[in-house]
Amino acid sequence: MSNKAVGKPKKHVNPMDIQSPGDRVVSVITYIVYAFFAFVCAYPFYYIIINSISANNLSERGKVLFWPLEVHFKNYTRMASIPGLLDAAKISVLRTVIGTALTVIAAAFLGYMFTRETLWKRKLWFRFVAVTMYVNAGIIPWVLSMRNLGLANNFWGYIFPMVVQPFYIILCKTYCESVPKELQDAAEIDGAGTLRIFFNIMLPVITPILATIAIFAAVNQWNSFQDNLLLITNKHDELDTLQYKLFQYISQANSLKALVSNTTNSNAVMAGLATAATATSIRMSVTVVVVLPVMLIYPFFQRFFTKGIMIGAVKG
Amino acid sequence: MSTNSRPFTLSKKGRGYLEFLYILPFLLLVALMSYYPLYGWIYAFHDYMPPKPISSETFVGLKWFQFIVSNPVRRADVWRVLVNTFAMSGISLAFSWFPMVFAVFLNEIRCKPYQKFVQTVTTLPNFISWVLVYSVAFNVLSSTGAVNSVLTGLGLIDKPIAFLNSKEHIWFKMWLWLTWKNAGWAAIMYLAAITAIDDQMIEAAKVDGATRMQIIWRITFPCLLPTYFVIVMLNLANFLSNGMEQYYVFQNNFNRKTIEVLDLYVYNYATQGRGNYPLSTAISMLKSIVSVVLLFVTNTVSRLVRGEGFV
Repeated sequence: MSNKAVGKPKKHVNPMDIQSPGDRVVSVITYIVYAFFAFVCAYPFYYIIINSISANNLSERGKVLFWPLEVHFKNYTRMASIPGLLDAAKISVLRTVIGTALTVIAAAFLGYMFTRETLWKRKLWFRFVAVTMYVNAGIIPWVLSMRNLGLANNFWGYIFPMVVQPFYIILCKTYCESVPKELQDAAEIDGAGTLRIFFNIMLPVITPILATIAIFAAVNQWNSFQDNLLLITNKHDELDTLQYKLFQYISQANSLKALVSNTTNSNAVMAGLATAATATSIRMSVTVVVVLPVMLIYPFFQRFFTKGIMIGAVKG
Repeated sequence: MSTNSRPFTLSKKGRGYLEFLYILPFLLLVALMSYYPLYGWIYAFHDYMPPKPISSETFVGLKWFQFIVSNPVRRADVWRVLVNTFAMSGISLAFSWFPMVFAVFLNEIRCKPYQKFVQTVTTLPNFISWVLVYSVAFNVLSSTGAVNSVLTGLGLIDKPIAFLNSKEHIWFKMWLWLTWKNAGWAAIMYLAAITAIDDQMIEAAKVDGATRMQIIWRITFPCLLPTYFVIVMLNLANFLSNGMEQYYVFQNNFNRKTIEVLDLYVYNYATQGRGNYPLSTAISMLKSIVSVVLLFVTNTVSRLVRGEGFV
């Protein structure tokens, strides 16, 4: 008797969560449609990764679809011998590190300074910077100006135009404004100067927003392709980035063929070895190398990304 | 002399000037990087051939602006490019509700890990460059790529479909890639707006026996309309500025005629063949001016409708 009473406690169901048959149909369709969306977004990456580690003669003929076949990592170990690729990787890493650092410094400092009411003509200078978000000279005048400034065919051409970015400055300014004013006032009474307040008081407080900005800036720098295309001429290809190299590999099949015959010894090609480099294998493995940094940091920083778009939206 | 114990304390005004000095380097950088290129518009009024600098002798007034409309070949070209630009922006605008619908139904998924997974996976493409998008497209859609392999394997087609090397439906394909890249990201804003909807409203509807579709249609969508309105206004403000990167990487000899949008045309025209910088600059300049006017108009509309602008 008592057993029965203890038995299974009746599962509490919120009457609000009971679904009608129609609701259930909607539910099922929703699950299926979103499975399709997720598949369409994820499979291409999976496809490229499994192909880059599969036998090259199979991937060349489109035989690798579901899982890797005859796994080997030759495509990656051989990568250093592809001419120019290491240099491009170096340039990409350098511009990401230096560019991100300077962008974050500028955003933090200007964001803070534009909250200082003592700053001479504060509103005017803020507008001076903010307007550049909307007024754009256009590609060609921009290129001609960069040439005049000596930033064409120059590594700093990747960096300087990206340092002061109004959107990040506005994010930072909004964040600084949300910090209690008393914090600054107290320091001021103790005789701290503008810079001292910035470094000792504000900087530690605004690190969350700086982290968000740093991630956005880093992804932008890493992905940047247009400035390479516009500013660097063929004679200075030592300044090319990974993105640009990858694009060349895809769009110029001939140069890739020359590359293949350079990087593989002809015997291997003759023997039709599964590990001999092919145009497809180079394309796929380089793609993986270029996309990997973003893919690796993405899951960890997703909340920052989300936060970034939300703060921007609130500003409106 | 002074009652102040610290001899170097600045007056409020002096401090303001000092602070200005701190930000001066950054302001100069902005002047050089963003304002100086505007000065580059003068190239539109000169006969400029790259090695030779411009001078008073090369000044040609409005020659290049007249050239756009007077030369029939050029006029046809500009017209074609404008049609492409309007078509691509028009399609984007016509389907601008997609991320909203995507977000609304994503929010209906009860299984939270699944919802989170879908959101993560669909947002990822937003963070890769257009070059990588093109690489993905090339690898999956080439003649030996996944799609053609599956289709031939199933016996649905005899020979591979040239998805990228064709001029068919290029406007729509470009929209598809744009959506593949951006929809998940654009949905985040709507997802946040959905969480801001008052639960009591939905509970009350449920008590009254509303089905899910009714709740979505009568409560969720109306609550999202203000956000959607801003997106539409932004779309309109950027109507001429599709950017060139996407179209640059996807362009080839098959689709060039229909893929060239204004930004890409300006680039191609300046850099290919003999290269004509002044004419490209002239078109760039007109585009920039129209864009600023569009921004001004949409912002005013937004101010009238919502009470606040987005600039």
